[in-house]
Amino acid sequence: MTAIAPTVTSAQPARARPDRRRQGWARRGPLLPALVFTIIVTQLPFVVTLWYSLRSWSLVRPGSQHFVGLTNYADVFKDSQFRQTAINTVIMTGGTVLIAMVIGVALALVLDRKFLGRGVVRTLLITPFLVMPVGAALLWKTTMLDPTFGIVNFVLRPFGIGHFDWISRFPLESVMIEMIWQWTPFMMLLVLAGLQSQPKDILEAASCDGARPLQIFRELTLPHLRRYIELGVVLGAIYVVNDFDAVYMMTQGGPGISSANLPYYIYQRAFLGFQVGQAAAMGVVVVVATIIVATFALRLIFKTFSGTEQAA
Amino acid sequence: MASAEQIRAEPGLTAGAAGQPARRRRKRRTNSATWGIVGWVVGILFFFPVLWMVVTSFKTESQAYTNTPSIVFSPTLSQYRTVFSSGLWPYVANSAFATIVSTLLVLLLATPCAFALSLRPVKKTRDVLFFFISTKMLPVVAAIIPIYIAARDLHLLDNIFTLVILYTAMNLPIAVWMMRSFFLEVPGELLEAAQMDGAPLRRTMTEVILPVVAPGIAATALICCIFSWNEFFFAVNITATQAATVPVFLVGFISSEGLYFAQLAAAATVATLPVVLAGWVAQRQLVRGLSFGAIK
Repeated sequence: MTAIAPTVTSAQPARARPDRRRQGWARRGPLLPALVFTIIVTQLPFVVTLWYSLRSWSLVRPGSQHFVGLTNYADVFKDSQFRQTAINTVIMTGGTVLIAMVIGVALALVLDRKFLGRGVVRTLLITPFLVMPVGAALLWKTTMLDPTFGIVNFVLRPFGIGHFDWISRFPLESVMIEMIWQWTPFMMLLVLAGLQSQPKDILEAASCDGARPLQIFRELTLPHLRRYIELGVVLGAIYVVNDFDAVYMMTQGGPGISSANLPYYIYQRAFLGFQVGQAAAMGVVVVVATIIVATFALRLIFKTFSGTEQAA
Repeated sequence: MASAEQIRAEPGLTAGAAGQPARRRRKRRTNSATWGIVGWVVGILFFFPVLWMVVTSFKTESQAYTNTPSIVFSPTLSQYRTVFSSGLWPYVANSAFATIVSTLLVLLLATPCAFALSLRPVKKTRDVLFFFISTKMLPVVAAIIPIYIAARDLHLLDNIFTLVILYTAMNLPIAVWMMRSFFLEVPGELLEAAQMDGAPLRRTMTEVILPVVAPGIAATALICCIFSWNEFFFAVNITATQAATVPVFLVGFISSEGLYFAQLAAAATVATLPVVLAGWVAQRQLVRGLSFGAIK
């Protein structure tokens, strides 16, 4: 297209340019509604958040608004609770995603074999992911982890664990168990798709050459799965780092802030503490941190996508 | 994992097995049985909390509150009756409205957008795709304050249309990426042939492209429905009584004094059922949607 363009413009300089422009807009046209909508609904609030973060503003005291510069940010970095919840978020996200991925790979390897009722087992395994997160969190809090009536303590009773209160003794871990339960199917599905896209002839050739299955797994299967595992980790982390439902329903961030993550803590500041300015400053800090991490994640995702598109 | 792989590593299977086909076959059959047992055990283990929820929902409260879980009991529908008579319907109606309308809006916006990023790509396709996916990475909690205040000032708090707009924005990036992956599957020869025939764009759209991407539209709609139906964060912050959705209804069980296990289980079953059924039916499309169309 660029090759023909100069000759066209030289022949009809007056008409060609608007024509090309019109064509450009004809191409861009279908894109614009979605783009404009997304910018307004998702980007504008962040700009406003930036503005709020420079002000002192309590929701319960009308007229309390005034400009305070960077004071809110100074408070955020002095806030030891903010630091604690940031660490909680990292533990929660990292732990959940990694453990879910390890179990997911194991389950995918099982489901990759042929056995009776494989389709049914697959259906059973994806169900936790489909359960409404709020409902799942409530289920784990009550029927599973309740100290007296929960199934977990019933199963562990022969091992001498009586009325152990998992949620108040291990709040962060309890929330993570629930999230791992929900996210393992997601990882499994992605890895399974990877396993099934692996060319079978190469595997057979390797085993004919006398390669041991463990060797085949490490040398052939794992490198092939790498892209799928990376994608699963990145996409899983995007959702888990923002998780609010499980924390809200199971522990309310407690006891104290021992199981609060950043989304819950900021929510608490804004809607229970009514400190708009401070909550906004925290939001901005989280966004900046996210952008730094996301830059790497995005590059990775793009590599993955261009890879699959070339293969297709 | 190591031991699992070693089961298969039996020498008869890998090296020099040509002499004993019968033994090999028998081995393969026992292997398959072993994997079957492992598969079923983990499958049931993972499914158990859901199964237990459904079982508990058919109990009376006193049957649900036992030290040793009761497995044999006479099922009752009384919990479901209580749940439905305690005003669940308005919540279901709100959830259904927000889910369906936002999904339609998403499709309306995402389909032309994906077209402009695939079959007739704009110059900055890569940047636009980058932008869409980056909006999924930004934490919603940083946006909720201005959204809440704007909704309050515009008198749109507790309004179902506010949720519709937020859910549309939430699902649009996924839909754009996913629809794009379906558009890219339209065979180029088909498009060229249509262009050679001088078919106008609209006819090419409806007669050539649409039939190919129709399953993609259905799969995209399904993913959007799942995410909207299950969404909680916006719903709990933006709505109160008029526009509250099903997840908000479930919160009522935790804030009221004393938990009622059986009633809670019945409510959770009702809330969960639509998405679980839809997901079961559309398992194949699920992977593609969850991976933003990266995995087919």
